[in-house]
Order: sequence, then structure tokens, then C-alpha cells
Amino acid sequence: MRIHFKTSYDHDIRLFQDGWQAFLYAALLALMIALPWLIDDFFLGEATNVLIWSTCGLGLMLLTGQTGQASLGHSAFMAMGCYACVLLMEAGLPFILAFPLGGIITGLIGALIAIPALKLHGVYLAIATLALAILTDDLIVMLEPWTGGVAGKFAPPIYVFGIEINRWSNPTAWYYMALVVVLVVTLFYRNLLRAPMGRAFAAVRDSEISAQAMGVNIARTKTIAFGISAGITGLGGALMGLFAEVFNNETFTFILSIQLLMMIVVGGLGFIHGAFLGAIVIAFLPQVLSIATDSLGSTVAIPGLETGVFGLIMILFILFEPMGLYGRWLKIRTFLELFPFARKDMFRRQKSYLKTERLR
Amino acid sequence: MSLLTLDNVTLKFGGLTAVNKLSMTVNEGEVFALVGPNGAGKSTVFNLISRFYTPVEGKITFDGKDLLKLAPDEVPSLGIARTFQNIELFDQATVLDNLLVGRHRHRKTTLVEQMLHLPSVRREEREHREAVEEVIDFLDLQPYRNKRIAGLPYGVRKVVEMGRALASKPRLLLLDEPASGLSVEETQNMRWWIDDIRRQMGITVLMVEHDMGLVSKVCDRVLALADGAKLAEGTPQEVQNHPAVIEAYLGTGDAA
Amino acid sequence: MEVLQLLISGMANGCVYGLVALGFVLIYKATEAVNFAQGDFMMLGAFVTLGLVNPEFMGLNFWVALPIVFVIMGIFGYLLDLFVLRAVFGQNQVAIIILTIALGFILRFVAGLIWGHEPLSLHSPLALGDLRMGELVLGMADVAIIIVTFLLTLLLWQFFQRTKVGLAMQAASQNQMAAYYMGIPVKRIQGLVWALAGIVAAVAGILYASKGAIDPNAGFIGIKAFAAAVIGGFGSLPGALMGGLIVGIIEPFAARYLPAGWSQIAPYALLIGVLLFRPHGLFAQVRVKKV
Repeated sequence: MRIHFKTSYDHDIRLFQDGWQAFLYAALLALMIALPWLIDDFFLGEATNVLIWSTCGLGLMLLTGQTGQASLGHSAFMAMGCYACVLLMEAGLPFILAFPLGGIITGLIGALIAIPALKLHGVYLAIATLALAILTDDLIVMLEPWTGGVAGKFAPPIYVFGIEINRWSNPTAWYYMALVVVLVVTLFYRNLLRAPMGRAFAAVRDSEISAQAMGVNIARTKTIAFGISAGITGLGGALMGLFAEVFNNETFTFILSIQLLMMIVVGGLGFIHGAFLGAIVIAFLPQVLSIATDSLGSTVAIPGLETGVFGLIMILFILFEPMGLYGRWLKIRTFLELFPFARKDMFRRQKSYLKTERLR
Repeated sequence: MSLLTLDNVTLKFGGLTAVNKLSMTVNEGEVFALVGPNGAGKSTVFNLISRFYTPVEGKITFDGKDLLKLAPDEVPSLGIARTFQNIELFDQATVLDNLLVGRHRHRKTTLVEQMLHLPSVRREEREHREAVEEVIDFLDLQPYRNKRIAGLPYGVRKVVEMGRALASKPRLLLLDEPASGLSVEETQNMRWWIDDIRRQMGITVLMVEHDMGLVSKVCDRVLALADGAKLAEGTPQEVQNHPAVIEAYLGTGDAA
Repeated sequence: MEVLQLLISGMANGCVYGLVALGFVLIYKATEAVNFAQGDFMMLGAFVTLGLVNPEFMGLNFWVALPIVFVIMGIFGYLLDLFVLRAVFGQNQVAIIILTIALGFILRFVAGLIWGHEPLSLHSPLALGDLRMGELVLGMADVAIIIVTFLLTLLLWQFFQRTKVGLAMQAASQNQMAAYYMGIPVKRIQGLVWALAGIVAAVAGILYASKGAIDPNAGFIGIKAFAAAVIGGFGSLPGALMGGLIVGIIEPFAARYLPAGWSQIAPYALLIGVLLFRPHGLFAQVRVKKV
């Protein structure tokens, strides 16, 4: 176990606790940069997919993990981000402008949607956002002149500083692009967490009443969280649509938002790491399952298998490891650091009976 | 000099009159206590000052400003901080982060600055942390600094909640039953702290408390409430010996 | 005439939505859990009946099968509460929402494994064909659905007013702690509420399957039922039924009189409208949390 002697306030402010931790993350980054030389193009595509899911997951994590608002409608923001980015590109904007602008537009729309949705708590918010996700599907069809409707749209070619980024001819560039996006988003996320806004998020999550008594404007904080969350998810959605190259109303169904929510729970709600771990699970589960069914000698695909297995994983996690994969890792790490002095109930869940959000 | 004034304040929930034509004045620099039996409306008075409730009539002013014009989250900006009867902390955050939320009203940086973590943000963070460390030192919270609230014992949470209010550097501190559920020793500590809060920090304290021992030791003036109306006001001794107060607590036997 | 026709078929759909919504609200009131799998419960109820009744499976007489279906679905609901939901009791809402959604995924998968993904139709005595009166074409199944829903509502109402268990459920839903102190076994009561929700879902499933075919994805109508529950007010049983009827009636009318696409959107647009202007539903009273 490492002990931190804190000698200045910056110790609590900076990104890494100590040099060792900074070294570990630098090593991870080096590995990520070296990845195109270590694995073939197929797996590089999968890695890109993980990064894209992570971006979307970070967006939802900010809302659900940090601010405590469950959204089942983030597929709507993925769609918005994607269509906004592509429409801007078609209007002649270079990708490097269209992409962040698409995220900002989605964020603003998200904040606008949040203003009425804010009045809703827990379940009501979940249902309202679910309705939003379903409506988006229909709206994309109805707005056919812009969205291409059911026929969908083809992603325009992407040029960044004159280099064409194409997933077939230049998969490494695509991977790096996704990596840069995810790094920038993660940095913004971390910066928020160590600033007053991030603490206001946690305050709203844990006790609205006392957050107010401390001067936190609940409506404003939630709107900001919703907006930033929608914006980040919009960036992820844009990457997802561009990576798929063709997309229509069915690319962003409400099922996607449910998967996204499940993903961050499997990864570990409230942790940045959780979004990444969850993304790894969700991106590789189909591969693992197809390998498993192949080895069992089954040649036909079993419909619903993927969601069924995913559902089972979810239930097991919620019952036995509500802190997700990252929570499990924390427990293992603490156990190893303290060995042999770790106590079993160090992480015991506190049961809160009848902590009701119902207004009565 | 009067800091907080309630003037003829009435609050009704449906047919029930929770606070009835209450007038009171808290002077700058004093420790003022509200006492009274359960359901007398003591916490309701706090919730009126915090603007969670709006009175049907009457005026509440703080330092000459009309409190009723403010939303609940604007009240702290005047320098009013409070604790809650049933401890309302941010359970999943650390003690340090809880105290830092207390600094919320002092933030000056914008969202974009915070996202980019510009030097201005770091400078401000250092100021916040300096202020919070002072509170941690004052309340001896060092051992719990980086612990999450969920998992801390009740007595510590009570202190953390007071610390969070102090971190906002208020002019008026509202303490809702600071000693309830505390051991004799912890209550003793609370007494010294309240004394120091007033003497060293110059903060005016308004508290709701049942423990008359604590009240008579730390308070300058006491107001007794029953059924939302004022029964008696004065020094702790005067109020304790006031016939109406004795009647409200014990009953006279013949009338009840 | 056309209006009447639309109205009847809309009401019949609305009854199914309403019954599924009733299941949500029952569970929500009693346990504060939101069962996003209620639609899949309905699908399961329909398939269990189909498995017992249809000649290609067990081929039992419908009226013999009916009590068996209720027992199976009731036990299913009770066990689910006992082994899964009770473990997360008191945890945050997000966990419970995801848990029940995941449950729905699993039910859909299992139903697909057992009964396949082709739409099947139930050999139901309610599938009565159409009645023609001049221009008017009445689906007799629709009329039967409305009658059965009405009867079930009466029965449930009596159950909550008259029986000991029903009263205990009411008490537990209003204040768990107080109910517990009054000697009501709150946990067992919650299990029974899940059982009841399973049975109501089975009825809804049988009614749904009497109107048309059923397949593992039929549970998705649960989302519309959800909208119905919110429109009616999440804490109110009659509200849930009314909400169901509103959604059911709006759909065919929107399809008939509004431009294409609107009938899909209408229930959700209404839902969002209700959430904006009456966040606690059209038929619910609201009280404010005390600090």
C-alpha cells in the first residue's frame, strides 16, 4: 500500500496521485499508440469500436454516474450528433469543424430538452427519455428530405488536414482519430470532476435538498449535465455513424440506449474506467458468443442470444457486483495491497431501507 | 444590530397552521436557540429561512434584504448556511468533497474554464482547499478527510455537516439539532465548537435544540415555540422558568 | 359508423395496454420497483397459455388450462421477487430499472428458444370472428376483450376493498414502515403483489393473443403500456387503465385522420406532453416531500 504525503493543495487537484500512477497511465497510453503495430486490421477495427462505445459511454456516465439521472434516451443524442455532423459536412464544412460543432449542437439540443425533463425524477425521467428515443426513430423517417429516412445516408469521406481517413484503406488513421476524441473527452471529464461543477453534479446526485442549501442551482446543474452528456454522446454517435459508413433510422434505435446504460453499469457506475471496461464487454461480447456457438457445433445464429446473454450478465452484476467491473478491480487491488489484512466487509454495501424517492 | 428578522410570519399546510404570526429577531454575533416540543414548528422556521417554504403572510429579512424574493439556492449567497435534522450529506462523495461543495457560493470560474482547467481554475481550487483545510483543522476531521460519507459513524457525519456549512464562510449559521444523537462527549465538543464559531469566527448562530443543558450553556437568547406560535423569549433561564413553557412541556394537569 | 368501429378496436387495444400498465402500477405502488419487463410478462403469459392449449403443443382444453396458467404465472412472479428483486430492495432506481430491462431480454430469449420466433396464434375461445351489421364490422374479440377487462377490474377492485390480503397490499403500498409495525408481513405481501402482477399479465397476454398472433417481441407493447401508466398517473390503478384506454383509442384515430407516421408518434407525443404539463399524470394527486 502506498501512502501519500500531501505537501500542497495541488496534490489533491492534479490528475495523478503520484509518479507511479502517472507512469502507469503513460504506459497505457503508449500501448494504445503502439496498438496498430501489435494487432491486425480486424482487431484494430474492433479496438476502434471499443473507443467509440467508450465515448458514448462517457457521455451517459456523466449524467447517470455523476449526476444520478437515468436516461434511456441517449440513442437519440447519438443520432443527433451523427446527422448534425454529416449534414454539416455535406454543407461544405470540413470534418474537423463539423465534428465538434455537431457535438455542440447536440449538447445545446440536449440542454433544451433537459429543461422540461428536469422536473422529472428517476423513473419518470427514464420513461420520458425512452419516449424521446422511440420518437427519434420515427422523426428520422418523417424528416426524410434531410435525413434520408429509411434509405439512410452514406457517410461522406473524412479529410483531416488533407489526409483521408477511411476505415478500409486507412484503419490506423481511423483508430487514432477515435483515440484522440476519447482522450480529449476523458480529459474534459476529469477536469469537470475536479472543479466546482463536478462537485455540484455529485451534490445533486446525492441530496438535492442540501445541494440547494449550499447554493447549487439544481435546475441549472442538471441542465448543464444533460447538455454536456448529450454533447459527448453526440460525438460518439457521429463516430459510430461515420464508422458504419451507412446509417438510417434503425442504426440508432432505442435498444442502443438500453445497451449503453447497461454497459456503464457493467463497467462500474460513477467511474471513468467503468465506461471503458463496459465498452470492452459490449464490443467483444458478440465475437465471444459467435466463437462459443461455433465451437458447440451450431451453424445457425440463435436469434436473441446476444441480448439474452447480455441480460443475464447484467442481472448477475446487479445482484453480485453492483459496482461493476471497476468496482471488482478496486476490491481485488485493495485486497492485494493490504494482504493479509483486508477485511471481508470493507466494501460491504450499506443497505438503505425505504429510502424512497416517492413524494409521500 | 439585528441580522435576521421574521416579522409576523404565518405558514399553513392545508388547514394546519405550522407557523403562526411569528416575529423574532436574531442579532449579529449572538447565539440564538429555538426550543419547543416536537411538532412546534422549529424546523419549519429553518425551512422558511432556507426558502423551501413560502409563508402565506409576513416578511423575512436578512441584513436588510428581503429573503422572500430569493430562490432556495440563492439564499446561501447572502451568507446563510445550514445543517439538517436528519443529516443530508452527499453520501457517495468524500468528506473533502462534501466540504468543498460548501464553497460553491464562492466559485468564480465559468464552465468552459473548468472544462479546460485553466490556471484561473487551479488558483481558485487552491483557495477553496485552503479554506476547507481550515475547517478540517478546526473540527479535527483530518482522519476522515478522504473517506466517503457512507460508512462514517453518525457523530462524525454530524460534524462534517456542520463543517460543510462553515466552509461556505457564512454570516449566519443555522444548526438543526446539532446535538441530537450525540454522546455526552460529542455534545461537549459541540458546545466548545459553537462557542468558538461565535467568538473566533464571528458567525451568528441560530439553532434548534432539545438539549436544554447545551442551550443554557451556549445561547444568549432563547425563543420557545408551541404549535407554531411564540410562547416566551429571553435568556435561557427566563425561558426555562416561564410558566407557559413549563405548561407546554409538562402540562398543568387541570387543563389538559 | 366508422368512428364507432375505430373506437371499439381502439378500446380493445387500450384494454391490453391498460392491463399491462396496471401490472406496472401494482408493482410500483407496492415495492417502488419499476418493472420494465411487464410487457414481457404479458408475452410469457400468452406463450404459456399457447403452450398448454394449442394442439401442436399440449392441446389442453382452454378452461382447464386457464387456472394452470394463472398458477404458473403467479408462482413465476413470486419467485422472481423472492430470488431477484428482493436482493436489490432499497438500492437505487437505476439498478432496478436495468435489472428488469435485462429480465425482459432474457424472457424474450427463452420464449424464442421454446416457442420459436414465428408468430403463432392462440386457440382462444375469445377469437370469435367479426360481426357485420350493415356497414359496421365489429371484431367480436374486441368486444370480448373489453368485457373481460371490465370484469377483471371489478374483481380486482373487490379484492383490494374486501379481502385481507388486498387490504394489506394497500396498507403496505402507502407506508411500508407503518404496515410492518402493524404486523403486516411486508416482504411476503410484496411477493404476492408480484404474483398478482404476473396473473394480470397473463390475462393481458391471453387477450392480446386472442386478437392476433403472438411472437417473442410482443413484449415491446410494454413500452406503450408504460406511456399509458405515466399518462394516467403512475400511482393510480384506475389511472393506469384510463391511460391505457387513451393510448389505445388515440392510435387508430391518429392513423386514420393524421398524416402517415403520426400514429406511431402519437402515444409518445402525448406522454411527453403529459410529463411536461402534468408530470404526475392526469389522475394522480401529488404531495411534496418533507425535509
